[in-house]
Amino acid sequence: MRYIDEQAIEKIALGAAVLGTGGGGDPYIGKLMAKEAIRKYGHVTLISLDELRDDHLVAPVSGMGAPTVTIEKIPSEHEVTAPLETLEKVTGRKVDAVMPIEVGGINSLFPIIAAAKKGLPILDADAMGRAFPEAQMVTFHLDGFEPSPVTMADDKGNAVVLYPKDGVWSERLARVLTIEMGGSSSVCDYNLLGMDVKTSVIPDTLSLAERIGEYLLDNQVKEQLRINKMLEELKGHRLFEGKIVDIERRLSGGFTRGTATFEGIRDSYGRTFTLYFQNEHLVAKEAEQLLCTTPDLIAVLDIETGFPITTERMKYGARVVVVAFPCHDKWRTPKGIETAGPRYFGYDFDYQPVGELLKER
Amino acid sequence: MYRLGIDVGGTNTDAALLDDQLSVIHTVKVQTTKDVESGIFNAIKKVVEESKIDRRSIKYAMLGTTHCTNAIVERKRLNKVGVIRIGKPATTSIPLFTDWPEDLREKIEAASTIISGGYEFDGRLISELKKEEVLDFCRESKGNVESVAISGVFAPVNKEQEQIVAEWVKDELGDIPISLSHEIGSIGLLERENATILNAALMTTGQLIVNGFAKALRELDIEAELFFSQNDGTLMNDVYALRYPILTMGCGPTNSIRGSARLSGVQDAMVLDAGGTTTDIGVLSNGFPRQSSLSVNIGGVNTNFRMPDILSIGLGGGTCIRESNQLITVGPDSVGYEITQKAILFGGDELTASDVVTRLGQAFEGHEEQVAHLPIDFCQQVYEKMTEMLEDAIDQMKTSSKEVSLILSGGGSVIVADSLKGVSNVIRPDHYDAANAIGAALGQVSGEIERIYSLTKLSREDAIRDAKKLATEEAMKAGADESTVSIVSVEDIPLAYLPGNALFIRIKAVGDLVS
Repeated sequence: MRYIDEQAIEKIALGAAVLGTGGGGDPYIGKLMAKEAIRKYGHVTLISLDELRDDHLVAPVSGMGAPTVTIEKIPSEHEVTAPLETLEKVTGRKVDAVMPIEVGGINSLFPIIAAAKKGLPILDADAMGRAFPEAQMVTFHLDGFEPSPVTMADDKGNAVVLYPKDGVWSERLARVLTIEMGGSSSVCDYNLLGMDVKTSVIPDTLSLAERIGEYLLDNQVKEQLRINKMLEELKGHRLFEGKIVDIERRLSGGFTRGTATFEGIRDSYGRTFTLYFQNEHLVAKEAEQLLCTTPDLIAVLDIETGFPITTERMKYGARVVVVAFPCHDKWRTPKGIETAGPRYFGYDFDYQPVGELLKER
Repeated sequence: MYRLGIDVGGTNTDAALLDDQLSVIHTVKVQTTKDVESGIFNAIKKVVEESKIDRRSIKYAMLGTTHCTNAIVERKRLNKVGVIRIGKPATTSIPLFTDWPEDLREKIEAASTIISGGYEFDGRLISELKKEEVLDFCRESKGNVESVAISGVFAPVNKEQEQIVAEWVKDELGDIPISLSHEIGSIGLLERENATILNAALMTTGQLIVNGFAKALRELDIEAELFFSQNDGTLMNDVYALRYPILTMGCGPTNSIRGSARLSGVQDAMVLDAGGTTTDIGVLSNGFPRQSSLSVNIGGVNTNFRMPDILSIGLGGGTCIRESNQLITVGPDSVGYEITQKAILFGGDELTASDVVTRLGQAFEGHEEQVAHLPIDFCQQVYEKMTEMLEDAIDQMKTSSKEVSLILSGGGSVIVADSLKGVSNVIRPDHYDAANAIGAALGQVSGEIERIYSLTKLSREDAIRDAKKLATEEAMKAGADESTVSIVSVEDIPLAYLPGNALFIRIKAVGDLVS
């Protein structure tokens, strides 16, 4: 058990942006919200998996909606905890701990705000190990758990309870409600007992985000070396260094799909690379050769600062380092690949682990 | 008919006179003064006297200045601001002034509140305004506030609530300056709100800029129409500058790049502005500076201002050169404005970049004797190293390996070689050391709109066409000649994670002033 203070928030926010793989929303707003909540209600207790009791009820708290909405319509203080309160009402029992559903982007910080306000501990784990665009892309879904009952709330004071038949329906229904709620909402789903949570989540991911933030903020180390140090510690790979020479975005099914083209610079000079994204980065290629594909993680970092750049902020001319991390083993199972592998996103090739792809190179 | 451009920099205040064909008639350079104002006066006086033109034939006078940056960085002359955010019950998780430096907040905040209201992304209401909330706030803060800042959720999509609240504030507080966020920034509430608060705090500074410039011109018997440079390379008139002084911030590099474009006649190139201490490299794209993708931090506050994408390196005319153990180091320190005393070519004892190029016979004719004792091989080596630094920086700013044209400006650009790797041709235009003042005088005006369209009833093309029309109208409102208006940027971003096909469009139109 340890505490999350304002300084830890800075690090977690930065690390979560890397693990967000370009999506999950800019954590800046979440960072300010979390720091404000800690200033107001005091620091938050972070517990590890083995500190979680089997009979404890754990509620993942997350935000749903468009990041572009969140940076303009900042959440109300009430809406972050409202789905928790609704959940307690419909289940008739107290929630004992909260957890992030995804460690990538703004959703890594959402449950910290709820934990501060409610005086609840937060679990050092999540159900993605990164960010993914859809609500069923969680280890709970892979392990056959049901999301029901799903509780939702908005800034205006609306609260909703859903009993979807599975994760896919949960995603579909919640997304429609989110639009009606003004493009953003807060959600509690996959509320499970400690004993189930322990079998399914990816452990220690908030600590991981914090560690990444620590490497990237380390003033004692030169910017370029910070990235190396992070890659070394996390068994990551440097895919290439490049300048964005073209970026194209289009709407498809409520998501932003797009392609970014890079011309190599420095060590990658003279080569061209492409990134494909749907909110998150999904596929990296050099010419026609695959370098990395979802569910492995791809992150775009500013070449000067080492700080991550979200897909929305990627702009023509930006000079970046593109890195990759292996995903958690749960995503490398047949069901994991079926749920979040390249074919699910419409690409006509099979998943291959990033380590093997780079060995072939 | 003439136009007069003034650029106030940290060291020099430059002035340039252009004729109605936008050809440069004359340029001058004087020292920037502590009060700024007398430096401006001196520059205008000098350029008018030296050029011997009829001063009554100056029709337009444009000023680019660092007043606002100085006021915020030095925390001086800032007004006490009452801040109203429209958005309750949304937005309450982050209070006003969050993430501000404490000392700046103390100087500026008089009172602040979050009131009911705001819009959704699609234009629906979050909640109705409550007049009582506004009146209560005004009554409580009456006498303490010198100006008011109002920022509403999704005000860039619909400005009506901000305008209504402004009317109520006026009814209660009388004739007080009010800054509205939809006129200042784009989507991103906190950054836009911060910029609006800073703007409200700069009301006195805005008056200083506008009245000071008007006074200088009046005293010199010049009856020109006044304009002020904005950071995007366009102008605003005095009425607008008084209301939105913050928009003058960061116009220096933009003016320099725009001026270089004019002087060279090139629309797409790299621009290198070398001073005494640093060299700034920017990119001229379609006649305008390429913008940085990062939001700008002003005096410790995050704002959504977009500035030109500039790479600064520590190499200029006054950069110190040292050698120890056969190892040559170039900078990063510089003798700066003291170059005329400290550099060897001027009789000093500090070896600078300018001394090296003088020894190689590339600049400062007539000073060869002072540097004759420097070993030529050594100077050659240093020069290669300097050139490599510049080539590296130019390459970093490129978006492809294709060779680019390089336009030089600034007094320090004598240190730049005529042939550089990755550069197709080096252009040294006449008047290159006053490119910034010329940029200020170039006077185009712009109109910008941003809006979220729902594509359920409208095609993307129709939405963009509609937005272009609105942007053109905005440019004409700012004084543009309709026949010259062109669309310079179209940005459309689909809103992620949402079905319903909402598209955010931002368009900018630019045109020449009616002549």
